[in-house]
Amino acid sequence: MSNSRTLTLGRAVREAVHHEFKVNPKVFMMGQDIFKMGGVFGTAEGLGELYGPERVIDTPISETAIVGAAAGAAMAGMRPIVDFAYVDFIAVCFNAIVNYAAKTHYMSGGQYKMPMVLLLSTGGGYSNGAQHSQSLHGTLAHFPGAKVVCPTNAYDAKGMMHTALRGDDFVIFMSSIATVGMMMLGTPIKGTLSNVPEEPYEIPFGVARIYREGTDITLVGTGVNIHQCMEVAEILEKEGVSCEVIDPRTLVPLDREAIFKSVKKTGRLVVADEDYHSYGVTGEIITSVVEIDPTVLKSAPKRVACADVPIPFARPMEEECLPSTKRILAAAREALK
Amino acid sequence: MQLSKDQRLWIYDQMITSRYLEEDLIQIYLEGKQPVFDWAAGPLPGEMHLSYGQEAVGPGLAICLDNTKDWVHAGHRPHHVAIAHGVHFNEMVAELLGKKTGLCKGKGGHMHLYDARVKFAASSIIGEQMPAAVGMAMQCKMEKTGGIAVSVTGDGGANQGSFHEALNFAAIQKLPYVAVIEDNNWAISMSKAESTAVARNSDRGSAYGIPGEYVKGNDPEKIMVACQKAVDRARNGGGPSIVEIETYRFMGHFFPDPGAYIPQEEKDSWTDCTVEYRKHLLEQGVVKEAELDALEKTVKDKIATAVKFARESDFSPNSEIYTQVFTDA
Repeated sequence: MSNSRTLTLGRAVREAVHHEFKVNPKVFMMGQDIFKMGGVFGTAEGLGELYGPERVIDTPISETAIVGAAAGAAMAGMRPIVDFAYVDFIAVCFNAIVNYAAKTHYMSGGQYKMPMVLLLSTGGGYSNGAQHSQSLHGTLAHFPGAKVVCPTNAYDAKGMMHTALRGDDFVIFMSSIATVGMMMLGTPIKGTLSNVPEEPYEIPFGVARIYREGTDITLVGTGVNIHQCMEVAEILEKEGVSCEVIDPRTLVPLDREAIFKSVKKTGRLVVADEDYHSYGVTGEIITSVVEIDPTVLKSAPKRVACADVPIPFARPMEEECLPSTKRILAAAREALK
Repeated sequence: MQLSKDQRLWIYDQMITSRYLEEDLIQIYLEGKQPVFDWAAGPLPGEMHLSYGQEAVGPGLAICLDNTKDWVHAGHRPHHVAIAHGVHFNEMVAELLGKKTGLCKGKGGHMHLYDARVKFAASSIIGEQMPAAVGMAMQCKMEKTGGIAVSVTGDGGANQGSFHEALNFAAIQKLPYVAVIEDNNWAISMSKAESTAVARNSDRGSAYGIPGEYVKGNDPEKIMVACQKAVDRARNGGGPSIVEIETYRFMGHFFPDPGAYIPQEEKDSWTDCTVEYRKHLLEQGVVKEAELDALEKTVKDKIATAVKFARESDFSPNSEIYTQVFTDA
């Protein structure tokens, strides 16, 4: 009998991690400030007291060594989680992620598996500046060899963390900070809260979630932007427009079929993603539709993403850069013309 | 550590296996690349970083290790280390030629040699081997395997950030890890004195509170003594250490780099570890000339067999490019 409670996304992830720690001695975590503090985003809360410093390892500020060591430990059969805090820091240890962890299984002809999870927090919207506000979904999804998953609600997050920790692949687990439900960002977004069963469950990668079915326009969103798409859907519903809202949930593998099927039905497409506008997820999703059959579109597809600028600090300037319900709504109206 | 005759012959065997293989590799490498040199041409494409001259490091290290529990992670100049650690030889040569019978089905090649059966890995971004080996050492400690992990990096790689981060982290965690630095004095065309702020990378151990030892002379038995100390320390819970080994890179950075930037006096000072060790075995009365001749013939036959196997094997079908990106596809 399932026992359900409403959890934040962060709490749901933590629950999955706790469970896998309990049942699998090969699972361990490394990262900055996880043992005493439970991690900057609370992902390791309570873990240190239960499992001690040998399995919940506080590390120095050495991203190259930490990610590289996690990869080596994974090759040796362990199942490390790297609590990496801000996605922006991938630039510090880029080689370890994209050349080492992502490629070793392939280069070795399958001899060495890479069962590690790189836990990243993404996104801005709270004036943390250009080097602490990025999303970088596109950057990480671009390199073959890592599964890139980005759940947007608590239910998906828990299931996907179980899948990640039980699978044998390198998984980059990205959570938009605005969806995690941590206290530093005020009240959690309602759409991120879910009824979450106590027992473990898995959610397969490569399957999109249809947040809302509709017939007139397809809105695809990642991270916090899916919840903005849902707000847009509510607004447009009052105007007699029926929106289909899709969350890909995973960027690698990407459920291109579900997105194409939806656009074939609606004929109109808006993609919202907080990563930079150019060379990213929005372009990828639009192309995924157009390269199959451009004639399914009744109007030009629209992308709503972060302006191609380093993200400025001042609140009004940052708001101007980032996608928002208002910008997605404007794009939808354009696409509906 | 008193070595038996068999152990000494084993050491010599590992060195000449690497040496004779590379002499063949040079010929194979040049096939298709003359008169116009093209990396992409011929049965052995790509860059080729020969261990020629550095062979002593392979068995000097490997004799201290047990490849059923000890990890070795090498870099872009891996042949001698791989051979001595017990990497499956025919499959290694097949991998160099990119065949489906190769260690990695042709997906890795010369700079990315892996043999999980003997806990060996080698990859090509300089310095990345060190954190990875530290991670392998973590597994040894966490699962109490009694094993250790060793990385093999060059004097150039010792200036990478990964060197410093890996050693610092391994020291704090007191991991069963040994950082071997092969000092052939050259990082492509940059000498150690030009690139490194201290005289020896073994001295850098003090920056991390760990011991470092420098081994001169490119002699496999001297290398063994230093490695054994570091290995024992790691295995007994004493934490990591650095073993820096003087050696000589005869064939330039990649073949056919003539190493014109190396002063002639330096080249003249090099000794050939295969020649020296052979002389040493005879002088010490360890073995007779005829036994060495016989061993050398055996090794040459082994190499001929491996090369034939590699040449006669097929490439993986092209559809294989999509496999093993992940474990489930």
